[in-house]
Amino acid sequence: MALKAKNQRLILALLALAAIVGAALLAMSALKDQAAYFYTPSDAKKDHVETGRAVRLGGMVQKGSIERLPDGVTINFIVTDNAETVPVTFKGIVPDLFKEDSGVVAEGSFQPDGRFVATNILAKHDERYMPPQVAGQMHKTESLDK
Amino acid sequence: MIAEAGLAALWLAAALAALQLVLGWMGVSSQRTDLLAAVRPVAVVQAVLAGISFVTLIWLFVTVDLSVALVAANNASTKPLLYKFAGTWGNHEGSMLMWVTILAVAGGAVALFERRLNERTLIATLSAQAAIGLGFYAFLLFASNPFARLNPAPAEGQGLNPLLQDPGLAFHPPTLYLGYVGLSVAFSFAVGALVTRDVGAAFARAMRPWVLGAWILLTLGITAGSYWAYYELGWGGWWFWDPVENASLMPWLAATALLHSVTVLATREGLRAWTVMLAVVAFSMSMVGTFLVRSGILTSVHAFAVDPRRGTFILALLAIYIGGALALFGFRVGTVREGSRFDAVSREGSLVINNLLLSAILGIVLVGTLYPLVAEAVTGEKLSVGPPYFNSAAGPLALILVAIMAAGPIMRWRRDDLKATLTRLAGPMLLSALVLLAVVLLAPGIGILPLLGLVAAAGVGVASIAPLWGRNLRRTPLYIWGMVVAHLGIAVSMAGMAAESAFTRETLVAGRIGEEHRVGPYSVRLDDVQPIAGPNYTAIEGTVVARRGNGAPFTLHPQTRNFPSPQTETNEAAITTLLDGQLYVVVGRSDDEGRWQLRLWWKPFVTLIWLGGALVAFGGLLSLIGRVRREMRHAPPRETI
Repeated sequence: MALKAKNQRLILALLALAAIVGAALLAMSALKDQAAYFYTPSDAKKDHVETGRAVRLGGMVQKGSIERLPDGVTINFIVTDNAETVPVTFKGIVPDLFKEDSGVVAEGSFQPDGRFVATNILAKHDERYMPPQVAGQMHKTESLDK
Repeated sequence: MIAEAGLAALWLAAALAALQLVLGWMGVSSQRTDLLAAVRPVAVVQAVLAGISFVTLIWLFVTVDLSVALVAANNASTKPLLYKFAGTWGNHEGSMLMWVTILAVAGGAVALFERRLNERTLIATLSAQAAIGLGFYAFLLFASNPFARLNPAPAEGQGLNPLLQDPGLAFHPPTLYLGYVGLSVAFSFAVGALVTRDVGAAFARAMRPWVLGAWILLTLGITAGSYWAYYELGWGGWWFWDPVENASLMPWLAATALLHSVTVLATREGLRAWTVMLAVVAFSMSMVGTFLVRSGILTSVHAFAVDPRRGTFILALLAIYIGGALALFGFRVGTVREGSRFDAVSREGSLVINNLLLSAILGIVLVGTLYPLVAEAVTGEKLSVGPPYFNSAAGPLALILVAIMAAGPIMRWRRDDLKATLTRLAGPMLLSALVLLAVVLLAPGIGILPLLGLVAAAGVGVASIAPLWGRNLRRTPLYIWGMVVAHLGIAVSMAGMAAESAFTRETLVAGRIGEEHRVGPYSVRLDDVQPIAGPNYTAIEGTVVARRGNGAPFTLHPQTRNFPSPQTETNEAAITTLLDGQLYVVVGRSDDEGRWQLRLWWKPFVTLIWLGGALVAFGGLLSLIGRVRREMRHAPPRETI
């Protein structure tokens, strides 16, 4: 079934269109489910993230909140954006730049009791690093305070 | 004076690029042979001057001339020589200078060596190359001068980000940049062919080595980058869908599609307009990649330069080049002659589907990478898109793509029979079924994705060798071998990814010196932790002894390094590569009771991931050598310039 040239171009164009529409639909549906992937504590309170979904939580480690458990590998700490706070549990080796009063991004999910269980604490490449979302949020709350 | 000489060379090179553009433009439109003939030498001299400028900067770095601001900010006299040298491009200005130098040298190489293309198309190509160069020269000279002086000169420099002080990373950016710039040459060829309305097999054959070369380097760059993240960041993962990773993946996807469509154009005269379009898209993706990495606009763990003014500059360049090329394409595509016809079930047909799927995946990655930027610009809300999106959207398409990859190479050009194709696929399908059965029986409960991955890897592995069946192996052309090896590499990589995600074992403990821990089939004992001193850092180093069953014990030395300038700590995981996988050990901190944190991973067959990547690149290299040798044999006698 050798196709006529015109028909072939038409079929190719239709295939391309179908692929683009298909990809767009896939992308849209995935974005709808997953787009809100990064939360600050304020966002998390506001949006009620469903428990168990994989998300990132970003903010600052609250001063004096780091607590090491007796097993030697689990820590609890509090992430804050100066407006809201979220308690976090993490089992693992924290990156070197993880310390009080500095930026942190935790990957994990919220538990029914409101605690965030992190499976990964992202390492930063720079001691000045602060996630832009957090910087924006802090800026907002600071301005509100004034 | 040396810095001023480098700057002068850069200005001269920029002026010559302008001359090259104008001469070429006038020559092509007026058909004056004297103007046309002048373009090639100008391109060569421009390449030499850009090269001088870059070598000057390397010299300033190696001799640690702290009166140059860039050197003072990114270098230190205490750094090992390799990193003084590589530090030249471990920063914004230096890497942009390297970009433009490679661009100019590539243009010079086209001017010197390209003989088969008709003269007007070639000169139009060189003009397009000069136009790209001009934008980047302007960017360097007006927004990021690498030779700016610092007065007074400091007594010591600030050093290089310690995470970049790694042999792998020292040569990672040049590899990727060479790939990006190779795509710029393909882009220039496409623009040249559109300008002279000469889109055909000759143009495709001239472009193909550049696309292949770019693709090989991008493949190597991505593979090396993945391995770097795996061993240097201490997370034990190998792909994070980080925007910076996506920035190199997107040009690779486009280049992969282009590589396949340019072959259809070169051998079958089909897919003319589509190939030109892809060449434009592929270069656009390398520009987008440069923009994403260099503008600092991203929420990335490794976006280095944070400077909105530069981002705006690159964005403007992006708009001019991509917009200009798309406009040219829109005006001229109607005059591109019809390609030759083919049947839906044929090699061409499978390559069309391959191209559509690759484009769709590219679209998904692009949307996921840019969506946060657009959303922030429109709604002001900051958000980020992560692995769940990319995996669920791109994963299914990738699986279909792999199935097409198995079928395509064993189909005939122009038209084939569906039944016959399926018969030829019987072997691979049978093997896939056997693997499916074996995995379900031997490793019950592995996830659906790793299972599909293993099955597909087996099928593709066998199918990729199929084109060699019944051939005289010694007389099989090198580019067929290239295709076979590259496709086999994809299968090997997939097997590694599936095995890693299905069979990895992890142990995380805080243990005292002398205690034994188990991970997978290994027992591991922490024997000692000692402080040690490196050339420009101090570290604590663990001594870890591991053994498998009653096998011979072996020792690993994980470190945590502390760099004073700039103040940073890095984890150096200790990795032992064994025949059937890797043992990965990270040592953390100690606590008040004298226990040390220890993270142990047993990752069966994880090395196949990067071995596969290397195979893919090697296949590309075989193909490139085969193609170039064939071209040389058919090339007309060399003229003098």
